[in-house]
Amino acid sequence: MSMKAAVRQVDSVTVVDVRGRITLGEDCKQLREVIRGELAKNHKNLLLNLADVTYIDSSGIGELVSAFTAISNQGGQLKLLNLTKRVHDLLQITKLYTVFDIHDDEATAISSFAAAS
Amino acid sequence: MTFRNLYCSVMAMVPTSSGTRSEARVVEVTLESTLKNVEVAEEVSRRVSVTAGFGSEAAFQIEMAVHEAVINAIYHGNKEDPGKSVILRFLIFEDRLEIHVCDQGRGFDPGVLPDPVAEENLMNASGRGIFLVRKFMDELNIETSANSGTEVTMIKRLNSEV
Repeated sequence: MSMKAAVRQVDSVTVVDVRGRITLGEDCKQLREVIRGELAKNHKNLLLNLADVTYIDSSGIGELVSAFTAISNQGGQLKLLNLTKRVHDLLQITKLYTVFDIHDDEATAISSFAAAS
Repeated sequence: MTFRNLYCSVMAMVPTSSGTRSEARVVEVTLESTLKNVEVAEEVSRRVSVTAGFGSEAAFQIEMAVHEAVINAIYHGNKEDPGKSVILRFLIFEDRLEIHVCDQGRGFDPGVLPDPVAEENLMNASGRGIFLVRKFMDELNIETSANSGTEVTMIKRLNSEV
């Protein structure tokens, strides 16, 4: 299943529910466009819900890093929610687990943005 | 799917790295250079891994290694040129699975790949593919030249859980 992203607003946080694969090609491009679109609307607090991500490859991981950098450079924050075991393991292997602020509860994740701002 | 009808499973005598000969079952697929075929390669990898006797976790690691190697071959090697093919060959031995991914590209220098987990490279947007293959497989060898393309050889032993 190719990547699908649904965007919703919870308080001051933009939650992006990502489904399917985040791999080289159209999937990565779509995710990049969704994030750029939100930044263009001045939505700088983004929470990526990865609960339904079935597959992520090295390019998908690179896309998460690029998004993190782009949002940080604009004074915003990108956080991750509900990692599957495989995404979790890949972030551990690539030593990115400590780079991202990762949550497994949406309400806690949302309130962590308020606490930081 | 643009998937040429070259999927086969045969018994063959193949040379091993030590020069002796050993019996292996061979599964070979020729893929046209389109990214849509990456999922075909994953599917074949899953079936071969189960046939070879790997558990689900090891099979997933093999699938990811195949995914990364085939993407490199199609995207970086053959530059998605429909006139060029990628050969994906599995050799199923009693104690291991040996996988070859061959492209028809211009080769690259594997010595210049930066370490993606070094502090200064951690936030790079790319450069993690070969690193993941090394993590998930027991052995990795890359033969590459500007004239004959790149052949990636990966081995996963049946008793290993990386």
